[in-house]
Amino acid sequence: MFSIFLKIFKTPDNVITLSSNEIDQKAVVTTLKELEVKIKQLFHGSLAIRQVDSGSDNATEQELVALSNSFYDIERFGIHFVASPRHADMLLITGPLTRNMAKAVKRAYEATPSPKVVVTVGDDAENGGIWQGSYAVSDGINNILPVHYHIPGDPPSPTAILSSLLKILKAIDPKTLNS
Amino acid sequence: MLAFIISPAGFLIIPTLFIIGGLGSLFFKQNDHLANLWISTIAMLASLWGLFFSLLFILFGQELVFSFAPTSFPLLSLSFHIDLLAGFFVFIISLISIFCSLYGLGYLTHFYKKYNIAVFGFFFNFFLGSLFLVVTASNAVFFLIAWEIMSVASYFMVVYDRHDKNNIKAGLLYLIMTYVGTAFIILAFLLLYKYTNSFEFAEIKNQLVLVPNYIKDLVFVFTLIGFGTKAGIIPLHIWLPDAHPAAPTQVSAIMSGVMIKSGIYMMIRLFMDILQPIPLWWGVTILVIGIISSLLGVLYALTEHDIKRLLAYHSIENIGIILLGLGSALIFYTLNLPELALLGLIAALFHTVNHAIFKSLLFLSAGSVINAMHTRNMEEYGGLIKYMPQTALFFLIGSMAISALPPFNGFFSEWLIFQTLFQGITELNSVWHLLFIVAVGSLALTGGLALACFVKAFGAIFLARPRSVEVLHAKESPLSMRLAMGGLSLMAIIFGLFSGTVIIILEKVSTSLTAFSAITSPLSVSASQKITIIPDFGTVSAPIIFITLGALVLIILFLVKSVIYKKQTVKIGRTWDCGSDLDSRMEITATGFARSIVVIFKGILKPSLQQKVEYHDADSRFLQKSRTVTMQMGDVYYTYFYNPLYKIVNGLSLRVRKIQNGNINAYISYIFGALIVALFSVL
Amino acid sequence: MNLLIFIIQLLLVTAISPLCTGIIKKIKAHLQNRHGASVFQPYYDIWKLLHKDEVISKDASFIFRLAPFIIFAVTVFVGFSIPLFTSFSNIFQVSNILVIIYTLAIGTFFLALAGLDSGSPMGGFGSSREMTVSALAEGGFIFSLLTVSLINHSTDLFTIASANLFNFSQPFLPIILAFSGFLIVLLAETARFPFDNPATHLELTMIHESMILEYSGKRLALMEWAASNKLVIFIALGTNLFFPLGLASEATLVAILIGLLAFVIKIIIFSVAIASLESSLAKFRFFRLPDLLLSALIINAVAIALIF
Repeated sequence: MFSIFLKIFKTPDNVITLSSNEIDQKAVVTTLKELEVKIKQLFHGSLAIRQVDSGSDNATEQELVALSNSFYDIERFGIHFVASPRHADMLLITGPLTRNMAKAVKRAYEATPSPKVVVTVGDDAENGGIWQGSYAVSDGINNILPVHYHIPGDPPSPTAILSSLLKILKAIDPKTLNS
Repeated sequence: MLAFIISPAGFLIIPTLFIIGGLGSLFFKQNDHLANLWISTIAMLASLWGLFFSLLFILFGQELVFSFAPTSFPLLSLSFHIDLLAGFFVFIISLISIFCSLYGLGYLTHFYKKYNIAVFGFFFNFFLGSLFLVVTASNAVFFLIAWEIMSVASYFMVVYDRHDKNNIKAGLLYLIMTYVGTAFIILAFLLLYKYTNSFEFAEIKNQLVLVPNYIKDLVFVFTLIGFGTKAGIIPLHIWLPDAHPAAPTQVSAIMSGVMIKSGIYMMIRLFMDILQPIPLWWGVTILVIGIISSLLGVLYALTEHDIKRLLAYHSIENIGIILLGLGSALIFYTLNLPELALLGLIAALFHTVNHAIFKSLLFLSAGSVINAMHTRNMEEYGGLIKYMPQTALFFLIGSMAISALPPFNGFFSEWLIFQTLFQGITELNSVWHLLFIVAVGSLALTGGLALACFVKAFGAIFLARPRSVEVLHAKESPLSMRLAMGGLSLMAIIFGLFSGTVIIILEKVSTSLTAFSAITSPLSVSASQKITIIPDFGTVSAPIIFITLGALVLIILFLVKSVIYKKQTVKIGRTWDCGSDLDSRMEITATGFARSIVVIFKGILKPSLQQKVEYHDADSRFLQKSRTVTMQMGDVYYTYFYNPLYKIVNGLSLRVRKIQNGNINAYISYIFGALIVALFSVL
Repeated sequence: MNLLIFIIQLLLVTAISPLCTGIIKKIKAHLQNRHGASVFQPYYDIWKLLHKDEVISKDASFIFRLAPFIIFAVTVFVGFSIPLFTSFSNIFQVSNILVIIYTLAIGTFFLALAGLDSGSPMGGFGSSREMTVSALAEGGFIFSLLTVSLINHSTDLFTIASANLFNFSQPFLPIILAFSGFLIVLLAETARFPFDNPATHLELTMIHESMILEYSGKRLALMEWAASNKLVIFIALGTNLFFPLGLASEATLVAILIGLLAFVIKIIIFSVAIASLESSLAKFRFFRLPDLLLSALIINAVAIALIF
């Protein structure tokens, strides 16, 4: 047990810092109208994200998992991932919405209490991506759910996802950026 | 008026009313509805009178000793001795009978046109009447007559629903076990008669010095077996889980809440009062029996998915807890610590009355559910809280009371028993305090396991989605049943809230025994119902807990709902199950809920799992139509105790039967031999 | 002064518990070489949840709706009935060890029922496991508190807490044994490693979390707050009963400030210990937990036997 603690104290700090320039430049697509300021202020200090996989190839999921590691450390912005849509404020949906997952994604949306934000991540979630037109997919989440924002990329890197999320929230205290 | 009520005549009105009720109901054989009304009304009237009698007697009366001695039977005299202890048990019997009779008004409609209500009424009234006689009789023969009436009447009610073969088997087992117990009791009283030359309890007590110690030990063992069979201690409990569920619900409630306490009453009367001074090992035995009964009772209850059997096993557990209090009282008294013995006795008596209240409440609510669902299997219930909300609320109150959660009454009696055992650990010397440590451990474990069991019971019956189609047709019970359950819930709350007053009354009851006549009580109750044990060892105050908790819940409700974010909307949606289709198979079952605990204790419970699969096509065995998993417990008592006993007795009887060989010459030689022996013994 | 003590005693546990959870999460984050959220993050979470709407399952009954209020009220009640920073502020005179233990059991009872109520498979299993762990932990809990109460000849918590540690008149070994048994019970009842992972997303490994999966909005805020309250309650019991240091014994301002400072230091010490434990242990397989709990029971029984 003590060798673990020794190793912990010897490893240097390697968190990536983001500048507000980087955040402002991120290409976040607004599909519906912008969220009200009231909602953004509600989620300013604490955002709970529930990740829903509607049949993706796991590339985006890998990047989302990387958000919780010691390099990107999404928790320092008050954002954390939760297990149940009832606890969530934001649904982060990936994948091209296969037909088998259509009902499940709709139910996940209905299980989330309002006010809620739906963000799709990855090109296939917007319009089916490389599977566009296939018999097994429905070509994008916005066919069944009202999607507020879209983060493009195939898959977007964790930095891109992180900056895009912060841009969506846009009312972030500059101090936490340099932490 | 007061003097009349607490006089012998006032007491005798009770059995008289019951006899009138019993005999009178036979006149209503044709009209079920009138019979039901007659039975319930007379029983309620008699019990109400009993309630007044006992309350006024405990508050204002002294001992009542009176008898009728018919001259044709020299050994039998109908003598009664009602001291405060008997009066207290009369109170318990009356209280429970009122509510159970009220319940019967609505419940017996279930049996109209199927069975004879008049005959039920006959046995019911005699059963209740005999209960009053059992706790007040002061002559051993009279006591045994009342005991027999009680056993036989309850037997006929256990087999009342005779279309179900299991009930008949249960009744037979009950009858056999009761008679075995009664045989031991008769043996004990005969032994006492041989040395003291009297069947009167008062005489026996006065002449106790004439009885040698080994006879007293024998009497202890016999009465422990006899009254223990009635009370349901392990391993003499095998009749309880079969007989209590078989009877109609109000009879189950009275059997479980009151009849098994008559065994406890006689144990207190004999060991604490008549047979004093007693050796130490008697108290130790009772304490050990209490430990075993409480732990094993709750473990078996956890494995049950028949709701009434579960409640029957909980009766065994609570008898174990009462015996913990009684055993420690006996130990303290023998070791010259009479104040602590008083504490133990008060704790045992308090738990007796509390158990009577909440066990009856639980049985009545269970009966209400069974009435609506026509099955006792918990796995077929589910979601009943939406169809029977009031029954659910009463069952919830009963569950909270039996799990010893404040502020209901179960908590305060378990608190007292804990404090008694704590005193045992501090005050006794090295060997015996280890026993008390084990007792505290078992009581703590029992409390936790009972809580788990009632979460399982309440959850499986009332919560989640319906598990069978019948649930959708369930309707709330009729008003009389709901009134009875509501009344008992109110009693549970009142006995919890005013536990200080109850303890003062119990102190008065216990100090009426000659063993405690000049003892200062270690308990003190302040004006605001605060109970203190031996200055500053422990205090508890029921009203403060009740009011503080209640006020806190209301304050938090108000603050959260009305002050913070008033405009919140609450939407009704589907249960979140990761988006798939919900059906009733997805909920946890009662067996599944308790499975973890059963696996942990599998050394004691010996569970076995059986799987039955039905396929759509028996040849290819690919698509399953249905699958049943049954978890059963290994049977320890029949295998290791009763079957060997049966084999020995059977073998002996077969050998003895050889005497009856049908040969006249042999019989003549027996008579000749007996004559020779008789002549020799006379000369 | 007395009014001030009264108000602080009422509100201290409720006010400081999210901070305690935040400290544990922060230390765990730093042990994972991350920065983690700020220590006040749980306050922001609770505030946000209190301002959200709710979705309630149609299978749920009044038990589901009422349970969070009862559970939270129970933790607040126990929070102000135990010695926190003074040894005399027994405001409602309800600090008997059995009252505390069984009042906490009310919370467990309603939590398990709420998990069963909505008929979700994960909630049902969470309730089953929670009742198994809780049933076995209760024995160890009663025994460990019994040890200190027998040493001090009183089952009243404030009397135990006013013992003078530097008297050295108390038997040392039973206290240490009972304390180690109490630590196991603390981890069991507050759903920490090795009993339960409070940060897991896998429903198959959840005990406490799965019962609150169906809650949202205000009720979820109350449930999470109640869980934090329970952690602080157990920490307070652990330190103030077994090693009563720094408790104010008279109502002067200096003593109160020292008492509060000591309380905060105790919470920090325990948080560091729990966070280090969670970062170096793996969660136990479920059927190894009864061994751990029954050994807690036996350690405590031995502790009691050793007093005499």
